[in-house]
Amino acid sequence: MVGLTINNVKVKAEEGMTILETAKSVGIHIPTLCHMKNLLPTGACRICVVEVQGMRGLTPACAYPVVEGMRIETNSPRVRMARKTIVELLVENHPQDCLICVRNKNCELQNMAQIYGLREHRYEGEKKEHAVDISSASMERDPAKCILCGRCVRTCGEIQKINAIDFSHRGFSSNVTTPFNKGLNISDCILCGQCILVCPTAALREKSSSKEVMNAVNSKKKFAIAQIAPAVRATLGEEYNLPLGANITGQIITGLRRLGFKKVFDTNFAADLTIMEEATELISRVSKGENLPMFTSCCPGWIKYVEQNRPHLLNHVSTCKSPHEMEGAVLKTFYAKKMGIDPTDIFVVSIMPCTVKKFESARAELAEDKLQDVDAVLTTRELSRLFNMAGIDFNDLPEDDFDNPLGESTGAAAIFGTSGGVMEAALRTAYYQLSGTELNSLEFSDVRGSGGLKEAHVEINGLRLNVAVVNGIGNVSSVLDEAEKKESKYHFIEVMACPGGCINGGGQPIHQKTEKIKKRINALYEIDSRMGKRRSHENESVKKLYREFLGEPNSHISHKILHTEFFDRKKILSGK
Amino acid sequence: MKSKILEHYPPNDRSNLIALLQDVQEIYGYLPENDLRAIAEYLNISMSSIYGVATFYNQFRLTPLGKNIIRVCRGTACHVKSSANILTALETELGIKSGETTRDKNFTLETVACIGACSIAPVININEDYYGRATIKEIPKILAKYRKSESSKIESEKLVEKQ
Repeated sequence: MVGLTINNVKVKAEEGMTILETAKSVGIHIPTLCHMKNLLPTGACRICVVEVQGMRGLTPACAYPVVEGMRIETNSPRVRMARKTIVELLVENHPQDCLICVRNKNCELQNMAQIYGLREHRYEGEKKEHAVDISSASMERDPAKCILCGRCVRTCGEIQKINAIDFSHRGFSSNVTTPFNKGLNISDCILCGQCILVCPTAALREKSSSKEVMNAVNSKKKFAIAQIAPAVRATLGEEYNLPLGANITGQIITGLRRLGFKKVFDTNFAADLTIMEEATELISRVSKGENLPMFTSCCPGWIKYVEQNRPHLLNHVSTCKSPHEMEGAVLKTFYAKKMGIDPTDIFVVSIMPCTVKKFESARAELAEDKLQDVDAVLTTRELSRLFNMAGIDFNDLPEDDFDNPLGESTGAAAIFGTSGGVMEAALRTAYYQLSGTELNSLEFSDVRGSGGLKEAHVEINGLRLNVAVVNGIGNVSSVLDEAEKKESKYHFIEVMACPGGCINGGGQPIHQKTEKIKKRINALYEIDSRMGKRRSHENESVKKLYREFLGEPNSHISHKILHTEFFDRKKILSGK
Repeated sequence: MKSKILEHYPPNDRSNLIALLQDVQEIYGYLPENDLRAIAEYLNISMSSIYGVATFYNQFRLTPLGKNIIRVCRGTACHVKSSANILTALETELGIKSGETTRDKNFTLETVACIGACSIAPVININEDYYGRATIKEIPKILAKYRKSESSKIESEKLVEKQ
């Protein structure tokens, strides 16, 4: 332990702690921009500078460890002036179009300008000019708004290990960009949107689909249907200052009806359907010893990753479409016929925690007779903006229930939204399908939690099924290497591109507090534990769908509308 | 990619990146994208970091050089003598910005910090030639020299082909 004083407060700190961490432990807030918890400091932005007695210049609190006897001032006139100047210089090289910016009122630069009392332009000068990169289906990159904190670069490189973007050029021309400043659509980017979550400004943002969605909703000809993902119900409340992890499914349904959707269904229904198909596929592969380990296919970020980086492993990926695509496919076939609606009039909108889903929904193969299974994807953030625009006051909204038959779901579907959830749900059903009996304990604690690579095994009728869960695409390479060398001990591997799973997806509400993620995850497990039915094969509506339409899991018709194929994208990216 | 270049360096060691880039530029006069991809794979570095390094240092070029290289001195003395106007005039005349090459690959326009000929500022340097106390007026005339030689060369080449 070392003793020091910060702003005349005596503090004890552990050796190796930074000034920033030490100050935080006694309730002294030091502002940061480039700092990222759990990553090595870069000290790039200098907004966290403090005055240390005996040191000549100002010291960056995020990068400097405390020493015995240190006397630190975090709020001296010199410190305040330095910070204000830094903010002023950042602001002057920024478009300052807050009024029409998507991050208005949720922008760290705007917030800093307020905190340091910027009231005049002291450094008016040349501003950097860059075109907005709108090449990708999911995201936009607007370098003019970038303050070069580097959090997106580090998230992409150090956490996700994709390295799609990096700093380029220098001095005034410094920029965060893709190689050769080409569009994100032809970079290594998997569109996971984790960079959006850490961006302090709107330099990175989702590509909005609000306009086309509202056009369809307001169209007399279109039959607009909404479906919501498991993870959205546990996070949307954050946009309305509701308690963390509040489950507001009922209010979202009411809100969507008031927006003008004719029907509101639950992607959880299709999550149960996915499990039926995927568990059957797994059992078939295990019994034949074919293409093992099998990888999950619900996460379009992971799919894009494997297509771009390891196309030769694509035969290991489950051929199941992701749940919202299955829901869309069933809506435009079975449901349309049942209701006597022309499928070309149906407009399916998926409310997703995800940015890649936008890219996924436009994939040519996720269509029947050139009719896309899903017509548009809105992120959680976009939905809250639509609710605000429509004057829907979330705090006083009554609850409602999903429409049926594509609204029923089990607890297994609810946990799809968190890392390990798909695995747990699949094991519950695979166990039943293989043994004919139910599991005693439904909860697999080994695949829960925040580990990067989680392992578990189940004994089913003498067969030891080894499974793994990859939590965040940055942790995937070791299991892929093993699969490549045919040395993998696993039968089934779940991969989610975003750390934590969809609950921390790139389309979720933006904040910089990692502790929030845990509460969101708990909310999903809570929904599961409270459900009467917690196994996908108990979903009555899914059973009925098989009786009336699909026949059995992995049947001919299932393969036609619920399964898909993947492509080698390595060729596209390398230009070969 | 001339595979021999890679052989001079151990694989997966990013500390040799700059040396490798220099070797490639030595051969082609610039850094072709496909060679950068080969280097990325060989050293196990992402393309985005290589692009970052290649754009950080002024010595690296990502586009081929033109036949004639025009360097406008932007040092202090030349700046005082309005070299900014000289640069703008050249940019207008050639239809390119500093750092770019004309479509016919005849001219590349660059700026340099100081050529070291401050007594005759402002200075334009084209290939081996230096033009001191340059004025905007004489720019078309200067450029014509290099255009002329280019077109006459092409004509003579054509003649050779015909024969």
